[in-house]
This record gives sequence, structure tokens and C-alpha cells, in this order.
Amino acid sequence: MTNIGIVSYGAYIPRYRIKIEEIAKIWGDSPDAIKNGLKVYEKSVPDIDEDTATMAVEAARNAVKRKNIDTTRIEAIYTGSESHPYAVKPTSTIIAEAISASPILTAADVEFACKAGTAAMQMCMGLVKSEMIDLGLAIGSDVAQGAPGDALEYTAAAGAVAYIIGRDELAAEIEETYSVTTDTPDFWRREGMPYPEHGGRFTGEPGYFKHVTLAAKGLMEKTNTAPEDYDYAVFHQPNGKFPLRVASLLGFTTKQLKPGYVAPYLGNTYSGSAMMGLAATLDVAKTGERIFVTSFGSGAGSDAFSITVCDCIEEIKNKAPTVQHLLENPLYLSYGMYAKHKRKIKV
Amino acid sequence: MAVSRFWRKLRHRYNLIGTHCTTCNTYYYPPRKMCPQCRRDGRIEECRFKGKGVIVTYTVIHAAPENKAVQTPYVLGIVQLDEGPRLTSQIICKPDDARIGMRVQSVFRKLGEDSEQGMIYYGTKFIQD
Ligand SMILES: [Zn+2]
Repeated sequence: MTNIGIVSYGAYIPRYRIKIEEIAKIWGDSPDAIKNGLKVYEKSVPDIDEDTATMAVEAARNAVKRKNIDTTRIEAIYTGSESHPYAVKPTSTIIAEAISASPILTAADVEFACKAGTAAMQMCMGLVKSEMIDLGLAIGSDVAQGAPGDALEYTAAAGAVAYIIGRDELAAEIEETYSVTTDTPDFWRREGMPYPEHGGRFTGEPGYFKHVTLAAKGLMEKTNTAPEDYDYAVFHQPNGKFPLRVASLLGFTTKQLKPGYVAPYLGNTYSGSAMMGLAATLDVAKTGERIFVTSFGSGAGSDAFSITVCDCIEEIKNKAPTVQHLLENPLYLSYGMYAKHKRKIKV
Repeated sequence: MAVSRFWRKLRHRYNLIGTHCTTCNTYYYPPRKMCPQCRRDGRIEECRFKGKGVIVTYTVIHAAPENKAVQTPYVLGIVQLDEGPRLTSQIICKPDDARIGMRVQSVFRKLGEDSEQGMIYYGTKFIQD
């Protein structure tokens, strides 16, 4: 049987951050109540000239650089996002050109709220496994949208992560994946509307917890594994609180979560969230260690992955910026500057 | 900017692809089809610049066209790439932080957009290295 997995990976986080206090001040909320409730202390904000496409390109270039990939070998690009810059004109075409993978490849954009990026990984896995393509590039990138004054505004962040999926020289083997999908109206955005709508606080149970738990348990059953068989676990991080709770519900420890638990100082990078946690975990993982990953996308569904780190991780470590490095030296914005960066006010 | 004019130069803008004359070892950006020094003896090949360079000079833009107004004040500089050619580009830094001689590296950013309905133009800018 052909082994498939991650040949290389790259992340990108904008330099700017806004602290919860700064947002809470504007809306008259208690910053301590928000921080305790969400376990998020600050979130990333894109520069004025950054969007989902530019961040995806930077992440993809970091993935290429990490392993010095010949980009003509990339025969499929799928970009998962809910903030593609164009409604019609695929982000993946821009990435293909910007990493010089054009023109001989297939490409498309993927949408599934916060799990579009892991869906893109699965698409690449199938094409690689069936030997239809040599290498596939799967990206999760988002400039998350939250309406001013909405609870989402405290967590909606920006970032991108790219995985190059292949058969040879694996940094990490993906042994198995398992997904669940249901029609659940926990979060949505209609065509042409700038901000999403959501079902309020109750959405955690029928949305996040139900789907993550189902997918995670399903994967463990399929692979005949238990939480203690894994060295690390990564769950989608819409805030800092949900992943901690779902981990404890499933029997994972906070120690297993630690390297990939990035939401407190990053926020929710939507399509990039679970993938960012995986990247941060790969940054520190050693050969032979096992990683359990479960994403979540509203609407709703979850993709779970069982991953084992391979020898090739050592040679690509530190060949591109680590997630920890990307989180360092932030530039803090006032709410006024933040609004300008996010174009919440029209100039 | 016309969509067609931008599209023709898109490859060069995205990846800093220029040309190199192997006869006199001179690099050109934007790309030249003929070496002005060697003329007929010039041998031109395509080359991709590494994207590292230094600020030769810069100015701070306070009044910009409407589609760039949200970015003011911003730094516009002349960057000399390590391979030799010079180009004009926005430098992404606080105006107070910019200085002549500062090492920079290329990044992929939005260069501008026609309007809310129009094309978005992407390409290369520079940040401190
Ligand atoms: Zn010449």
C-alpha cells in the first residue's frame, strides 16, 4: 500500500495584533469576563494590503522553501477559505502563479466554513494516493469576518497554512482520515453579505462539540487507537475554551494539546485554525510521535486525521518560520487603526 | 490600470522575474529582451531575483490617489536588488523606521484595486529583512 502524507508545510501570520481590552473598551464589555469566557487574549489582524490570497501565497512559499520543492511537481492546488477575495475568480489561480506552479495543474477553491482547509487536504490525499498527481498543495487561509460589536469580533483573526501532500520523503504520514457531515444551521453567511450570522451561544453543543466528538471517536474506532496512543492532539480552535473542553470530553490531556494550542494569542484563523495547530505541533514533534487532529466547520462537519511523524521532519525543521516565530514581535493596534485595517470604516 | 496591461506583466510582478545578459553579466528588471550594452552580442536569459536588496532612497506619501488613500502615510522607495537592478516599490514599515541602506526582502501583497467591483492587483512589495 502506498503511504501518503505531508512532504512539507508552511504557515503565515500577519504582524499586527489587537488585544481583547482594546475591543472590549469600545463596546463597554468587561475585558476580564471576555478573556475568562473565551480564553483568548489577543488576535491577529491583517495589514491593509493583506487578504486571504496574499497570506495563502506567503504560507505556500514557506512550504515550498522548507523543503526546496520543485513547484512544477505540484499538480493540484486547493485553497479552503470563507473569505476568498473574489466571489468568482479562484484564489488558487493566484497562488499557482505566485509559486510558479502554473500552468499544468488542476485547481479549485474550497468552502466549508472553518474546515475548508482540511477538506482540501483530503482532496489532495485522494489524488496523491490514486497517483493522479505527484504533489498536491492544500491551503487554509482566512481573514475572518466578525461584525463590529458581535461576539465573533473578539476572536475573528487572520492567518494561513499550507500543506504539500505527497507519497515520498514524508515529514509525516497521514495514516487515516474520518469525516462527519450534517445539515446544521449553526453559522452562515448569505451571498453578498459582509458578515456572518450565527445561532448565538447555544451553537457550541449541536455544532462544535457534537461533530468534533463524532469524528474523533469515529477515527479512533477505525484505527483502533485511544487518546493515550497519541503524543499530541489538535482540535479546531474557535476560541481558547472549546478545544480544552472537547479534549477533556474525549480523554486527551492538556499536555497533548500544548504545542498546537495557539488560539489564546492568535484568535480563530478559521480555515487555518486546526491546520495552524498542526503546523505548530510539527514544529516541535520528533520522528515516531503521533498526532491526532480534528477540524470543525460550521454548517456543519469535522475531519479527523491520524498522523505519524517521519524521519524527514528533521531535515525540514527550521527551514521556514515556525508558528511560534510568527507569533513573536507583534505590533499592537488601537481599535481605530484596527477598523482601518479591517476596512470596517469606508474611507 | 488596464486589466490587460497588468495581466501581461503579472508573472514578473508576482515573482520578480527579470532577465540576465550572460555576455556582460548584467541583470534587468523589468525584463529586457535586448541588452543595451552588448546589443547583438548579448545573450539574454530569464532569471528570478532572490527578492533581497537595500533601500537606495525613499519618500513618504501623505496624499495618494483615492484607491491608495487608506494606506497613507506610506513609504515609497527605490530598492536595489542584490543582483543589481533597481525598482520602485512600496516599503512596508512605519515612515519613521525607513532609512537609506535598510536591508529589505520581497513579500506578496495587494498593490491596489480598481474599485469595489473591479480587479484586485497583486504583486511584490518589500519589508525590512
Ligand atoms: Zn550584455
